[in-house]
Amino acid sequence: MVFSMSTTAITNDEQDLIRRLQAGDQAAYAEMVERYAGRIYNLALRLMGDEAAAEDVLQETFLSAFRAIDRFEGRSQLGTWLYRIANNTALMQLRKKEPATFSLDSPLETEEGDEIPRQFFDFCCLPERDLLSDEARAEMRAAIDALPESLRVVFVLRDIEGLSTRETADALGLSVPAVKTRLMRARLALRERLSAYFARSAISSETGEPITPTT
Amino acid sequence: MTEHTQHDHDRSECRRLLSSLSDYVDGELDDALCRAIEAHMAECENCRIVVNTLTRTIELYHTAPAPDLPQDVRVRLYKTLKLEDFIASEPPDATEG
Ligand SMILES: [Zn+2]
Repeated sequence: MVFSMSTTAITNDEQDLIRRLQAGDQAAYAEMVERYAGRIYNLALRLMGDEAAAEDVLQETFLSAFRAIDRFEGRSQLGTWLYRIANNTALMQLRKKEPATFSLDSPLETEEGDEIPRQFFDFCCLPERDLLSDEARAEMRAAIDALPESLRVVFVLRDIEGLSTRETADALGLSVPAVKTRLMRARLALRERLSAYFARSAISSETGEPITPTT
Repeated sequence: MTEHTQHDHDRSECRRLLSSLSDYVDGELDDALCRAIEAHMAECENCRIVVNTLTRTIELYHTAPAPDLPQDVRVRLYKTLKLEDFIASEPPDATEG
């Protein structure tokens, strides 16, 4: 398997870990798991939307990585490589689960014009206790879950995990412009939903009414 | 709360710039387009709000704490990978979730 060149330099520390992995050092395997399992699990959780399925993806990702480590050429970062395996594993399982509705080749599900902003409530200056409340966090998670899969994965890697555009493209086998387009759509969709939520929550905190649930 | 009265005339400009806003908040636009966006924002409250809330949305997601790997998931992972011998060094606060 050949991975495209990442622009980010691989550290000596990581080169050493890869060397030990390829020599079959068990402690190095454990180190790789310790370093990346949390992030892979969170990615899997967001892609699969349920804990049991996320755990399957987590285990399968590391089993695949162990089998393929000899062929890892070190041209992308280890983390990027693992994200790519996890993403492929998740896509395969999603396709197994819903073979009729899920296709790897399915076009982006958003229609032209979908991303035009309609919410203009400036929630930036709301107090932290509103922006960071448990309820707001739950709304943020629900908003991500509601994104089409093709947008969600890009947003998770780029904006939550903090990969660069190039690294995200490498991890997903997409072009940089494709990553940017999907990222833009994901961001605008999330902004739209959070704006609507915070507008409702600002009104209800003024009137003391509970927030109307999202439809 | 927000009035959108006097700038309804140039909605086409808002739409034209919309696809660049994501690159704009990432600081990945060329100078000319940045200046065009900033000039437009100076006159268009809606686009100002979109840029501010877009930035804030990204920030909120980026800074939300990632949940720890649940300890039972971690234990089963190490077993599946036949790495049980290395599980001793568990993080102290991995019980959440
Ligand atoms: Zn505008």
